[in-house]
Amino acid sequence: MSVEAFAVITVFKVFVVILAVLTGCAYATWLERKLIGHIQHRIGPNLAGPYGLLQPIADAIKLAFKEDFVPDNVERAAFFMAPLVAFIPALLTFAVIPFGDNVTILGHEIDMVISDLNIGILYVFAVTSLGVYGIVLAGWSSGSKYSLLGGIRSSAQMISYEIAYGLSLVGVLLIAQTLSLKELVAQQESFFDWFVFRQPLGFVLFVICAIAETNRAPFDLPEAESELVAGYHTEYSSLRFAMFYIGEYANMIAVASVVTTIFLGGWQGPWLPPVVWFCLKVFFFMAFYVWVRGTLPRFRYDQLMNFGWKVLFPLALLNVILTALWYRL
Amino acid sequence: MAFDFIKTVLLAFPKGFYTSIKHIFKKPVTIQYPKVKRPMAPRYRGKHYLEVYDDGTERCVCCGLCAAACPADAIYMEPGETEHGERFARIYEINLIRCIYCGFCEEACPEEAIFLGHEYEFSDDNRDSFIYTKEQMLANRPKEKPFKKIIRRVRRIF
Repeated sequence: MSVEAFAVITVFKVFVVILAVLTGCAYATWLERKLIGHIQHRIGPNLAGPYGLLQPIADAIKLAFKEDFVPDNVERAAFFMAPLVAFIPALLTFAVIPFGDNVTILGHEIDMVISDLNIGILYVFAVTSLGVYGIVLAGWSSGSKYSLLGGIRSSAQMISYEIAYGLSLVGVLLIAQTLSLKELVAQQESFFDWFVFRQPLGFVLFVICAIAETNRAPFDLPEAESELVAGYHTEYSSLRFAMFYIGEYANMIAVASVVTTIFLGGWQGPWLPPVVWFCLKVFFFMAFYVWVRGTLPRFRYDQLMNFGWKVLFPLALLNVILTALWYRL
Repeated sequence: MAFDFIKTVLLAFPKGFYTSIKHIFKKPVTIQYPKVKRPMAPRYRGKHYLEVYDDGTERCVCCGLCAAACPADAIYMEPGETEHGERFARIYEINLIRCIYCGFCEEACPEEAIFLGHEYEFSDDNRDSFIYTKEQMLANRPKEKPFKKIIRRVRRIF
């Protein structure tokens, strides 16, 4: 492939993926409001368009027209940077997610992944962990008690979960012997080869840590609207707030994609095209997120620390040891 | 402690998740308010109206019992006299902001002239429009509700 063709195809792929992710974020909010509504015997948004499908667009327009208010005693540089720091890593994750098998268009064989890194999983961890800096920076720079508490909680939460988050995947890596997400998908060709069946404990741990990683209920302590007003983004308004909001949902979709790729067979599936399978799996994981939010109450701060260090961390270690023994003895 | 934790994970969690997913498939209880309205209870006390006799003359004789019974002091009235020498309310005003919709005026009225209707959507953006005059109260009579039926209902209640 010539350099020009490569450049054009890559730019096109990046464009399509970002567009898809942003649309996905918008409709993830719609899905969440609808599902939560029905869990609580409500209807959810239903006035803007059929089934309220235009609601995300209305929300976006409303946020864009709001006043961009900056309080007096904020640390200005960090305050302006924080939404970007929260938002960009969420999008960066998608660079290594394989969306489908190779396809041939106009004589070019196109890889359905923006960049097939041979250290894909490492990259995913590195990038998703960056997102927490946006939250901490926002909490610190806002110059408000609630924001600061939200930021501190976020950093404490990250310390408690990041270890279990990483360790829960070591089992998979021991079996797969690779860090490339594309190869991981290739190893899950038949249904019972999915790593969710080969690594059930690792899957459960990873999902719990993923929810904590994306600051979703029941681990939404940095936000905690009933305790901290809105936590780290209390002082943000207009498009800066929207950036946190989109960042949170992009992070959810990113983590859902990672779970799909690593544990649920990625784009593998019969009859339907690979991309459709991938989207379906991600969709079900997003619905699972909402289901969890509609079911579990928020953890208390000390419960969260105990849970992270005394339950998840030992279980993740146990999983690594068991996997190692099982596959090497 | 460890046993409790395992019990929570294995028993309580699946139960909770089952409960929340079960409720997704139940019918929402939401009523699409401005479009659909709940059926009003027959004894609901909303905006007042003044009833008239079958020939169209007003029942109210401006005795002032309603104003006396009113705990919120929301009723103001001044009597007048017709050419036949009958008392009537020359001015009859209810301050709808002061009114607490207790229905004591309805209860006190010896002529069965004042009633509390079913209307509850009368918000406005200035206080003056909440001074509710006699003409408005007469115009507010519900069309479909027969007068006698309401009196029977009121007597059954008290």
